[in-house]
Amino acid sequence: MKETAGTPVQVTGTVLTTRRVDAYHALTVVAPGIAERFRPGHFVSVAVGGPHTSMPARRAFSVHDVKPDYGGTVELVFAVRGRGTAWLAERKARDTLDLVGPLGRPFPVPRDPCTCVLVGGEYGSASLFALADTLQQRGCRVDFVLGAASADRVFGALRARRMGETITLTTEDGSLGLRGRVTDALPSVIADARADVVYACGPMSMLRGVTAVAVEFDIPVQVSVEEAMACGYGVCMTCVLPVIGDDGVTRMARSCVDGPVFRGERVRFEDVGTIPFDALGAPGGRAQEGGAHSRNVS
Amino acid sequence: MSVDMRTYLAHVELANPITTAAGCAASGAELSQFFDLARLGAVVTRSITMAPRAGRPTPRMAETPSGLLNGVGLQGPGVEAFLERELPRLVDRGARAVVSIAGGSVAEYTALARRLSDAPGVAAVEINLSCPNVEDMGRVFARDPAASAEVVSSVRATMRYDVPVVAKLAPDVADIVAIARSCVDGGADALAMINTPLGMSIDVDTMRPALAAGTGGLSGPAIRPLAVRCLWQVHAALPGVPIVGMGGVASGRDALEMILAGACVVAVGTALFHDPYACLRILRELEELLKERGFERLADAVGLAHRPPGAGPRHRTDLEETSL
Repeated sequence: MKETAGTPVQVTGTVLTTRRVDAYHALTVVAPGIAERFRPGHFVSVAVGGPHTSMPARRAFSVHDVKPDYGGTVELVFAVRGRGTAWLAERKARDTLDLVGPLGRPFPVPRDPCTCVLVGGEYGSASLFALADTLQQRGCRVDFVLGAASADRVFGALRARRMGETITLTTEDGSLGLRGRVTDALPSVIADARADVVYACGPMSMLRGVTAVAVEFDIPVQVSVEEAMACGYGVCMTCVLPVIGDDGVTRMARSCVDGPVFRGERVRFEDVGTIPFDALGAPGGRAQEGGAHSRNVS
Repeated sequence: MSVDMRTYLAHVELANPITTAAGCAASGAELSQFFDLARLGAVVTRSITMAPRAGRPTPRMAETPSGLLNGVGLQGPGVEAFLERELPRLVDRGARAVVSIAGGSVAEYTALARRLSDAPGVAAVEINLSCPNVEDMGRVFARDPAASAEVVSSVRATMRYDVPVVAKLAPDVADIVAIARSCVDGGADALAMINTPLGMSIDVDTMRPALAAGTGGLSGPAIRPLAVRCLWQVHAALPGVPIVGMGGVASGRDALEMILAGACVVAVGTALFHDPYACLRILRELEELLKERGFERLADAVGLAHRPPGAGPRHRTDLEETSL
């Protein structure tokens, strides 16, 4: 496993703008140091609740956009889900935030121009636009498939329309685009575009479906997973999921430092939330020998 | 004048009293991206087990008021991979490594101690006594004075004489002083307290336990008063035994509270999840607070809150006598 992609820094960022985007909140924060180290797929973790907070866990957010203005800004997109995100949604311009980033392993990008399908579910789409930028700079063709439960939860449709060769929208209630899920539309998009690679970010069930489609077409798929984390930089060990390593051995990999981007077929989606019996160190499993010949978890 | 922050973990001198807490710094490499690990008093490793462990299923974490419940289940690479990769890296970085060990039987602790006794760079060994004893129907070692003492004396007998053995105690016992005393009788050179007490949280939306494991260890500021009480009681009963204090330390003031209660080393755990620089910030704040109060040496503040009421303001002449 590689050391670190970009060394993270902790900075006190100043909120520049806040806005509502349909069902989501977007915060632009001046975060010098993070912006220049950023690669598409990186995320940041934010301390919530202020200096005397009763919330010890940091919150992790994918980055929608990075701009060089004002010394470097990052834009976070999130949905209010609990006390921490509710606090963050109340931030105003000029408030300060404690940010650590950039974190995680970014999306690997192809060396030569090729055709890429970018699949986003809910606000998971947010992290795809920086990737689309990078891919287009390398001469790649980009096609988007964005989906959510309803129209107000589809993120970034306008921007995708400007950037993408084609854009396909799906909603489960049929209020926007095709009725159904992204995985219903994905096969025809891959076939029409003659796609070489799929990138996806969104809920775990969607990533599982997208990976299945990509495997069917026998093309590589890179997924960015979302797991609950307390720290974001690898010390708390709470965000693990079973991932098959290069040696074929399943390990409980941390989605913050070993991910959040994994090769889709390496993630054992059906076993997420469990310790597979054949994972390294699983109870009653292969660990009985004393581990003399076993490899590290990460 | 700067404050002399040196302290002793048994006979091992540490440059300062702030260390990481077991299980809160992974392999050390993660934090060394942010700062030089050699600036800490010591790095306490996650609890090392004989074999690799995959830990518990997710969700492993739930946030509670001023606290964190975790059920990680000692995920780790096992002692061989630890000795091959993680320990040498800590030593190369100039960090003092206190190795935490965990086992399900006395034999397993002993085997771990044997494996560590010839490894270079082990500054001290901390025994995580909060493991279920497989030979005693899964009863936790730390809840039984005899079982704790047996593990401690066996590790003490196996470990090199110049490596201090620290027994880490759990707070959810009827009489922590009794456990502390039997660990010291068993040969512990120092005591660490507190490990996380057991807690539980239920998600009212899913109407299921918030952790996959059901119960988990509670950490964070929520448990600090519990930790201070345990330190206080044990230091009062065993004033000569060095104590590593931990439990919800998030600022220099929190660290000073532990020191005044009797700790000579303070470990930082959950605060590291909130702020990767927590240890260095707490150290800076602690030094500042000691300076403001006129201390020249950290050692003079250890256990100072135990002086009798009405002893009046502290005089410089008193200090020489109250030092450890």
